[in-house]
Amino acid sequence: MLPKFWRKIRSRYNLIGSHCENCGSYFYPPRNICPKCRRKGKVREVQFSGYGKVLSWSVVHDGVENFWLSKPYIVALIELDEGAKIVAPLDCNPDEVREGMRVKAVFRKFGEDGEDGIIYYGTKFVPV
Amino acid sequence: MRRVAIIGVGCSKFGELWDMGFRDIVISAGIEALEDAGLEGREIEAVYAGNMSAGRYIGQEHIASLIADYSGLAELHVPCVRVEAGDASGGVALRQAYMAVASGMHDVVIAAGAEKVTDVPNAMEILSSSADVEWEVFNGANLPALYAMIARMHMKRFGTKEEDLAMVSVKNHKNATLNPKAMFRREISLETALNSPYVAEPLKLFDCAPICDGASVVILASEEVARRYTDTPIYIKACTQASDYMALHSRRDVTTMDAVVFASREAYRIAKIEPKDVDFAEVHDSFTIAEIIAYEDLGFAKKGEGAKLIREGVTALDGDLPVNTSGGLKAFGHAVGATGIRQAVEIALQLRGDAGKRQVDGEIGLSLNIGGTGATAVVTIFSR
Amino acid sequence: MVGIVSYGTYIPKYRIKVEEIARIWGENADVLKKGLGVEQKSVPSWDEDTATIAVECAREALRRAKIDPKRIGAVFVGSESHPYAVKPTGTIVAEALGIGNDYFCADLEFACKAGTTAMQICYAMVKAGLIDYGIAIGADTSQSRPGDPLEYTAGAGGACFIVGRDCIAEIEGTFSFASDTPDFWRREGKPYPSHGGRFTGQPAYFRHIVEATKGLLDKLGLRPSDFDYAVFHQPNGKFPIRVAQILGFTKDQIKQGLVVPYIGNTYSGSSMIGLASVLDVAKPGERILLTSFGSGAGSDAFSFVVTDRIEGIERNPKVLEKIKECEYVDYGLYVKLRRKIRFG
Ligand SMILES: [Zn+2]
Repeated sequence: MLPKFWRKIRSRYNLIGSHCENCGSYFYPPRNICPKCRRKGKVREVQFSGYGKVLSWSVVHDGVENFWLSKPYIVALIELDEGAKIVAPLDCNPDEVREGMRVKAVFRKFGEDGEDGIIYYGTKFVPV
Repeated sequence: MRRVAIIGVGCSKFGELWDMGFRDIVISAGIEALEDAGLEGREIEAVYAGNMSAGRYIGQEHIASLIADYSGLAELHVPCVRVEAGDASGGVALRQAYMAVASGMHDVVIAAGAEKVTDVPNAMEILSSSADVEWEVFNGANLPALYAMIARMHMKRFGTKEEDLAMVSVKNHKNATLNPKAMFRREISLETALNSPYVAEPLKLFDCAPICDGASVVILASEEVARRYTDTPIYIKACTQASDYMALHSRRDVTTMDAVVFASREAYRIAKIEPKDVDFAEVHDSFTIAEIIAYEDLGFAKKGEGAKLIREGVTALDGDLPVNTSGGLKAFGHAVGATGIRQAVEIALQLRGDAGKRQVDGEIGLSLNIGGTGATAVVTIFSR
Repeated sequence: MVGIVSYGTYIPKYRIKVEEIARIWGENADVLKKGLGVEQKSVPSWDEDTATIAVECAREALRRAKIDPKRIGAVFVGSESHPYAVKPTGTIVAEALGIGNDYFCADLEFACKAGTTAMQICYAMVKAGLIDYGIAIGADTSQSRPGDPLEYTAGAGGACFIVGRDCIAEIEGTFSFASDTPDFWRREGKPYPSHGGRFTGQPAYFRHIVEATKGLLDKLGLRPSDFDYAVFHQPNGKFPIRVAQILGFTKDQIKQGLVVPYIGNTYSGSSMIGLASVLDVAKPGERILLTSFGSGAGSDAFSFVVTDRIEGIERNPKVLEKIKECEYVDYGLYVKLRRKIRFG
């Protein structure tokens, strides 16, 4: 898990994704090939602003192990302002989530490989 | 391409099979299928085994050969292939087996599906690896959470209610009471389903299919060979497969599984039928919302109107289009890689008239097996 | 001219009241609140630690500075609660800021003064021409043994200062005073710090802050009355008021920077958040004194002169506004968030 996490640290910490200069599409996580243009695509790295809106969400009661301390927790399908979509944890009161709610990226801990293991950090979202 | 027929079916009990290991489960389904087909075993030319995650569930890879070995085929040296496509592994294995016979390469092949999940405590975590582990599950979105986001959007956009989802669960539980091999053989009330605790809002415990142990086998043969073994061959009129973006957030529309739309349109075209010609279906209700969306994406209802079918009883056992007569994944049990084959077993039994108390009328049955949240879809159309 | 180019702060949203902690341990909350001069303290959420706090305050500082992250040449993070005993917090911060890979970096630990020491290092490096900009962070999620008096004050928070030449507050001078005084410590592998009780007062906090401040004033030829604001390390609400008195500073001079009553002692973040609160309202030409204190023991004193540039930088939301935005937790949730229970 360690090298697998490390390899994508830049994208996890800073919402670095891809932009296809040929068709204008944005992608997160990054892609090497544009699925719209394929070989005609010109894929470049892009850093998203970190702002977006909630399209859908779930208050998760029976979730993944790394999130057990925050049960119930919220995951949301978020549309970033640039157009790419992302599924990410949303830190707020379950009662305040609304469709279309503006959110912004924050830097948070995701979990750890046990008490002796590495700590995973990444991007979560909070209401603006 | 040749016509391909199912000449024998077998299915283990589905559930928490504490006293049965992977091999025992597979063999119980396999022997039943061989007996059903009247085969000795020597006739088998190839094995295609759907299995999602034996490596993680039981710590054993290379399981296609293991299956053949414990099925008594070792000395026959038949080629065995494991097929993996998340919880669509069974459906894809069926398709591989179908192609092997249709192409003329083989005359008699086994399409199997098997999963032993109860040897480890983290069955859902492993099943969730059919979603994007790095960019969905790591972010807290396991399969229930992803389907919950699909459900919420479907509700918001089309007015689907939590009651509609509960009705799917109630229907499938009711059907399972008539199926001796189902995991849950008890009826539940709408209140029970609605009052069950949330797993991932808006999905509750009774919206989620139980992950369980189980295996299923169908034996396929060319039309010519099939006639030698059975008077009731069940023909596969079409078996199509489609893929989509792995992660939910990459998809065109969260409330539509484009892979299902694509695979089913293709299947209807090949089978030269229309959605209305389907008499009954087995669909992938790993979560109740998936059954409602399947109604729409398979063309049984207009987009957004899937819930109408459950509300109006259309998909009930005595409705115009019974869906999940077996009890579905929800009540029969979801033995992951076995499910796609298990659906084929049910449809074959129904078309043969061997479905016992849950027997429905019909000439054409359809099955839909989905991997993850819709990154793989397999649609198969069967007829007498 | 070298000084602070930009600054940012981060305070976790959760708070626990002195009353709530006192309720558990059967202490008299009124006596404690009066004695400590603290009403409540900040509590990090389960997914916040020194690294996340450091990143959030540094991102705010960088956003306000409007400088290309690649021009940051150094990252120093001062804390006594680095998430790893071995493995720097600084590289996590640098990666999250996107400053590239050519930067000077280390984690610092000097109890509550590691952050101001980071500022001195950045100051020296900018002055020496080694870097254009340096990032100095003081951040902590400070630990305290359940039931220990420290538990009423050990808070969480952090501040980041970007040090460079086009500054909003020039560093006029800095002076440090240190001695081997074991007033407060945490041994390797131990979860909670220990302390010398009242020994943390006169021989530690007061002696070092007084000597460092006096040293700085002597060096610069300044008197307390030359300053518009003064910020001292804030282990509780009482000590900074008393040390100000001893040194001849007025209550008015320290009021703006006194944040401890509402968020507790944020250790490495403490005096730096106080300084940020002063910068929130400071006007060009005003002079600010900052003297930190780190147990063990030492103090770093600084004199800043605010420049015209301060009018051109975004200073909202202000520290005092951030302090107000909070959600209260009970002791049970606090224990869970701070992982004060063993899970196995
Ligand atoms: Zn493109």
